[in-house]
Amino acid sequence: MNEYTVEVIVEYKPTASDPAGETIERDLMHKNGYSMVSNVRTGNYMRMKIKAKSPDEARNIAERLCNELRIFNPVAHKLTIRVGDQN
Amino acid sequence: MKVAIVQFPGSNCDYDTLHVLRDVIKVDADLVWHADLNETYDAVILPGGFSYGDYWRSGLVASFSPAIGVIKDMAKDGKNVLGICNGFQVLVEAKILPGALLPNTSGTFICKWVTVRVENTNSALTRGMANGSVLRLPIAHAEGRYYLSEEDTKKLVENEQIVFRYSNIEGEITEESNPNGSILNIAGVMNPEGNIVGMMPHPERASERILSPWGTEHGLRLLKNFVRRG
Repeated sequence: MNEYTVEVIVEYKPTASDPAGETIERDLMHKNGYSMVSNVRTGNYMRMKIKAKSPDEARNIAERLCNELRIFNPVAHKLTIRVGDQN
Repeated sequence: MKVAIVQFPGSNCDYDTLHVLRDVIKVDADLVWHADLNETYDAVILPGGFSYGDYWRSGLVASFSPAIGVIKDMAKDGKNVLGICNGFQVLVEAKILPGALLPNTSGTFICKWVTVRVENTNSALTRGMANGSVLRLPIAHAEGRYYLSEEDTKKLVENEQIVFRYSNIEGEITEESNPNGSILNIAGVMNPEGNIVGMMPHPERASERILSPWGTEHGLRLLKNFVRRG
């Protein structure tokens, strides 16, 4: 059994506004010389280690837990799962 | 009639709610630890405050409490269920009510009196009231922006599940009267049967004249309805 580092990113769906991202883009970046930046979106990040036989199995476990434990709310969020190398 | 007020780690409007039920309405009510909730109660309130630090997302961890299964069974038996503020967030996270409650568009915690319009008089809170009544109630939240996809919003409207919308004092639904960016100015929703209601404003903080700048007690009308049998 191997252990994989799995990263989970939860963002708002494009149809839901993201006031934190909008404020950071407008009042922090644009006002301080980074006018070339656009489409800033904030989200939540979680990293965990999962014991599994393969990267695919680690991904499946992560997907299942994100759905079952509502790590994201499909009504409002988009989910990204990244499986890294085994440790 | 005996009402359970469910306490999660972090609930802080539990005693306010208990006070209104016991001392103002004079109905039997208990504070019940979430792991100890049982079906002997006739109605249940999930009070405001916080739960489990509201880590990751408000109400998420609490939505996996054993109380949720009991609440679902009680609701099936036709008993009334009310989620106030964090309690509403818990009901949404438990998928007992539709939608999501996202951070306010202002990016800040908002604590102020607002006005809401009664959209539906078939809910456990609003039966017998005049449709379109305008109520003064306080809000206090950082994550109260009610959100649903366009398609699901249509269903919510068609099923007449919207109970309250933020309005001005004349009862007009305006952008200025929307404190948190909720779609359609939604402040409270219900299940199709109307016995489960979730709302962001706090009726328990608007149930005694001394607490209102206008001497109103509009929250009391809602809570009296809620604890009435039948």
